[in-house]
Amino acid sequence: MRRFGSFHLAALVLGFAFLYLPIVALIAYSFNASRLVTVWGGFSTHWYVALFNNQPLLDAAWLTIRVALVSATLAAGLGTLAALALTRYRSFAGRTLFSGMVLAPLVMPEVITGLSLLLLFVAGDVERGYWTVVVAHATFSLGFACIVVQARLAGFDRSLEEAARDLGATPVTTFFTVTLPLIWPAVLAAWMLAFTLSLDDLVIASFTSGPGATTLPMRLYSAIRLGVSPEINAACTIMIGAVAVAVIAASLLLKREALAGEKG
Amino acid sequence: MSGPVPRAAGGRGLLVAAIPYLWLLAFFLAPFLIVLRIALSDAATDQPPYAPHFLGFDALGEFLAGLDLENFRLLGEDALYWQSYLSSLRIAGLTTLIALALGYPLAYAMAMAPKRWQGILLLLVILPFWTSFLIRVYAWIGILRPEGLLDMALGWLGLANEPLRLLNTDTAVLIGMVYSYLPFMVLPLYTTLQKLDGTLVEAAADLGATPLTIFRTVTLPLSLPGILAGSALVFIPAIGEFVIPDLLGGPDTLMVGKVLWSEFFSNRDWPLASAVAIVLLIVLVLPLVLLQRAGRAAR
Repeated sequence: MRRFGSFHLAALVLGFAFLYLPIVALIAYSFNASRLVTVWGGFSTHWYVALFNNQPLLDAAWLTIRVALVSATLAAGLGTLAALALTRYRSFAGRTLFSGMVLAPLVMPEVITGLSLLLLFVAGDVERGYWTVVVAHATFSLGFACIVVQARLAGFDRSLEEAARDLGATPVTTFFTVTLPLIWPAVLAAWMLAFTLSLDDLVIASFTSGPGATTLPMRLYSAIRLGVSPEINAACTIMIGAVAVAVIAASLLLKREALAGEKG
Repeated sequence: MSGPVPRAAGGRGLLVAAIPYLWLLAFFLAPFLIVLRIALSDAATDQPPYAPHFLGFDALGEFLAGLDLENFRLLGEDALYWQSYLSSLRIAGLTTLIALALGYPLAYAMAMAPKRWQGILLLLVILPFWTSFLIRVYAWIGILRPEGLLDMALGWLGLANEPLRLLNTDTAVLIGMVYSYLPFMVLPLYTTLQKLDGTLVEAAADLGATPLTIFRTVTLPLSLPGILAGSALVFIPAIGEFVIPDLLGGPDTLMVGKVLWSEFFSNRDWPLASAVAIVLLIVLVLPLVLLQRAGRAAR
């Protein structure tokens, strides 16, 4: 029997300390009363109050959420269709090109995706702003969404769909009453992944955004370039907290779903 | 996978694929062709007017004559550009090696941990991946900057009194890269190590192999697919990285992502930025092909 010894414990503790200490320090200093980041001036929520009075930052946050909601929905929808096409149909015209285009954004550097989409928007004389960022984000997260759904479809029991078809259901009815209810946890996971990818993105948004459509990462980036400030720490802490709550809730939800599936 | 009802092969697949297909043609392939076109444009005026005729395809001939490799020649001639590619490869390679050295023991310990811990440990590795990239890089600015948390900690321990001045150096870039990409290395390693057959290790131990020999001859070869997958997931995005070298690196930190960004935003030289992008893609595709070969050989 393999044993979990002190070496393993040390590797775990050091590994997770490396991953988490920087974030813990960042959170701790958001509660620092002093503006000087090196001096601990006592506990304070001052910077959070300042944050909620920073209108440009709040506008940027609201815009980022709106972009993420729409682009994640587009990416999850398109990614699900792409996953269905790739797992269900082994050969159709242009399948190789299609799978290449779906997967390429996964390894494409963000600077190239951003640059190429901007050049498209310029060539098409499209006014840049909210919608150009939405389209760009949906395009680059489509591949990630597709992979998540594909993994679920790989272990899918086709006989259920066939039963529905034999009982006279149309392909569309079969999809909405049989397929979709069975793969929805994957679609939800794909949506969440696309949502966070969009929230997180600085580079592609910087290329494809226009005047008046500054996202939160863009605003944070320009603030960070000016230097460290407790207000940025406070903004980061709120974002970390929101993401942690969402990820833990989702994993609990999916676990319960999996347990229910095992019982049913 | 053959159902009782014979399925129409070609047509329906294309129908399901149609919407994402058209979307990707419009927003992935078309932009890419535009980048290629612009990289080959902005013709120099002294270009010899060379118009090849392809059996009366005048339009095509004119199109080809309009293309010129000026931007690519500049990439080859100006040391800044090819050095930035080399430097990107070097930093990405070092990042991969360090992430492997740190990630392997972590993944190994996770795979060895009691079953009831594994879910939470996995969640702990994935969680940083969901938090913003920018935030994780920002956290390191606070640590590495002069009189930052690292200097404070070292001073408090009596290990150093002088500021280390790590921020805005290549070392800071490496630390930031390893930190940001470590989860990508740990996840595939954990997956392969967890599936590793424990009886093989036991058999080797029963036959008198030392732990080091067991690791070298059993565990390491069997975890090679995980090592390759993790390395690819770290190395490839690291080459084109922009945010980390920009925020943690100094003025002499050369990386392609940064060069492309500044050609585009500061110098406003779009054709040159496009040429940088095309060459970067070629640089990226090569290691991918090599890794795929190595992966096939390992299997």
